[in-house]
Amino acid sequence: MAQVLTRTQRRPMNPIVRRNLINGLLFISPWLFGLMVFTIYPVLASFYYSFTQYDVVSPPKWIGLDNYIEAFTNDPLFYRAIGNTLWYAAVALPLGLLVSVSVSLLLNMKVRGLAIYRTIFFLPSIVPDVASALLWGWMLNPQFGLVNQLLKRLGLPGLGWLADPTWSKPALVLIGLWGFGGSMVIYLAALQDISEQLYEAAELDGAGSWAKTWNITLPMLTPTIFFNLVLGLIGTFQYFTTAFVLTGGGPAGSTSFYALLIYNNAFRYFKMGYASALSWLLFAFVFTLTWVIFKTSGRWVYYEGEKS
Amino acid sequence: MAAKTASNPQQITGGVTIRAQRRILALQRLGAYAVLTILALVFAIPFVWLITTSLKPPAQLFRLPIEWVPNPFAWSNYPQALTMIPFFVYLKNTVYITLFNVVASVISCSLIAYGFARIRWPGRDALFIVLVSTLMIPFPVTLIPTFLIFRDLGWINTPHPLTWPAFCGNAFFIFLLRQFYMTIPEELSSAAKIDGASEFQIYRLIILPLARPALAVVALFTFLANWNDFLGPLVYLSDRDQYTLAIGLYGFLSRSGTAFGPLMAAATMIVAPVVVLFFLTQRTFIQGITLTGIKG
Repeated sequence: MAQVLTRTQRRPMNPIVRRNLINGLLFISPWLFGLMVFTIYPVLASFYYSFTQYDVVSPPKWIGLDNYIEAFTNDPLFYRAIGNTLWYAAVALPLGLLVSVSVSLLLNMKVRGLAIYRTIFFLPSIVPDVASALLWGWMLNPQFGLVNQLLKRLGLPGLGWLADPTWSKPALVLIGLWGFGGSMVIYLAALQDISEQLYEAAELDGAGSWAKTWNITLPMLTPTIFFNLVLGLIGTFQYFTTAFVLTGGGPAGSTSFYALLIYNNAFRYFKMGYASALSWLLFAFVFTLTWVIFKTSGRWVYYEGEKS
Repeated sequence: MAAKTASNPQQITGGVTIRAQRRILALQRLGAYAVLTILALVFAIPFVWLITTSLKPPAQLFRLPIEWVPNPFAWSNYPQALTMIPFFVYLKNTVYITLFNVVASVISCSLIAYGFARIRWPGRDALFIVLVSTLMIPFPVTLIPTFLIFRDLGWINTPHPLTWPAFCGNAFFIFLLRQFYMTIPEELSSAAKIDGASEFQIYRLIILPLARPALAVVALFTFLANWNDFLGPLVYLSDRDQYTLAIGLYGFLSRSGTAFGPLMAAATMIVAPVVVLFFLTQRTFIQGITLTGIKG
């Protein structure tokens, strides 16, 4: 300690370095303020609340690990919500990935009318969630909805969709899939970044279009896929609006997702302590998951020349 | 990729197989067009259905088999939607929150990004990593304490929790702008410094004008995020005259019963500005997503 002090005393900070430090901190000070007030404090506070019973009206009461114990041993909705959320992630993410990568590969074949196709696929992704939920709620109406009427015309039986516990989650996946365009545009941009030379070299070696897709395009796309997958995964655990608007968690708890469970506990039952514990479990889970993904990414993500 | 093969197939094979190969490629392209067109139709149908429903008279909504064209056109669904909910109050609230955020976040993010990109100072890169990692924090973790902060400030049921925080910047946009600033040559700054310009002058007179495309992206995405935001208003606004369109539309759902015509008319009016905005700013849009997505 003493040594550090004398050293800094002996060599006062270079005035240019100091000026830069002050300027730098000044420029980022709004963010620093936000970081303290809207990130660090809330994260710590919610950790504290997770050990309390807190109904907003009376002050928080310390109850130790009770909230966590309650979640794991006494709340069937907890497991239900985890199950539903994992189900949604396991179905919606791969499906969305498949559709957006294949469509962008097709669009990348230098098709005519690219702008029109791109617009049609992209537009649904910027429709407000509430509006798309209302629209799809009507389209999936079991009796008069367009989807069931089309199914019937094809000689297939109509489904209960959002009213049927078996089909409610697939219905939500369908609605989510309508908005795949956002990631498609990212893939398209990444595809246009792949060097022509790679393809030309492969052609010299006699590679057909399938071989080129498999051996060049897809490997070159893995960083983007990885990026989208991580964001998608984090996003899924925060999946909220569509389910809240359309089903409120029903029927029979089949669409009670994790973020919905937290919202209900916090703002419907005012169990702020319990909701904080649930959000910290989510935090721990997302954190671990992200960490594992990053650790294993080296095995399947190809970074060109390690430049990034 | 198929097109590329077609451009120089001679390099690969001799005369006869070229024709066969061309035929395969033509078939491939045909298949691609077929798949894309069918898919595009499927994706466009909900929009068409939204608009036709919004123009159908009540009786026609439940007529089977389905009729695509409204008969007669029930234009009255639109004025009805405007009166069934206080549409213009919601619109005013939404516009206020949205514009506030656009202005505030362009100002704050552009300043903050400057501190991260154009000045070298000890600790900067470590803080930047902190900034990026805040993106990974799921919203429920911070939601409750943040709500309590605003409650203690007496801001519940006012637009303030949805507006003022924008001045603290947004990690995602700061990241985006920083990446953009980094591509601006350092010489521009050092030349200005020799002329005695302060950091703020460099920011204001050199960086900001050059960063306009990126700032447009921030403005556009902030607009969308706030126009579409549901959870924020849901948590913070409980009084009807404070509602935004998104929340108002949700409230409309519970009261409209089977009045799908006016409901879809209201939904159309919320979607329309977003669609119009997209067509006006298509290039900024695509550019923006490219900026955000490419740097995996």
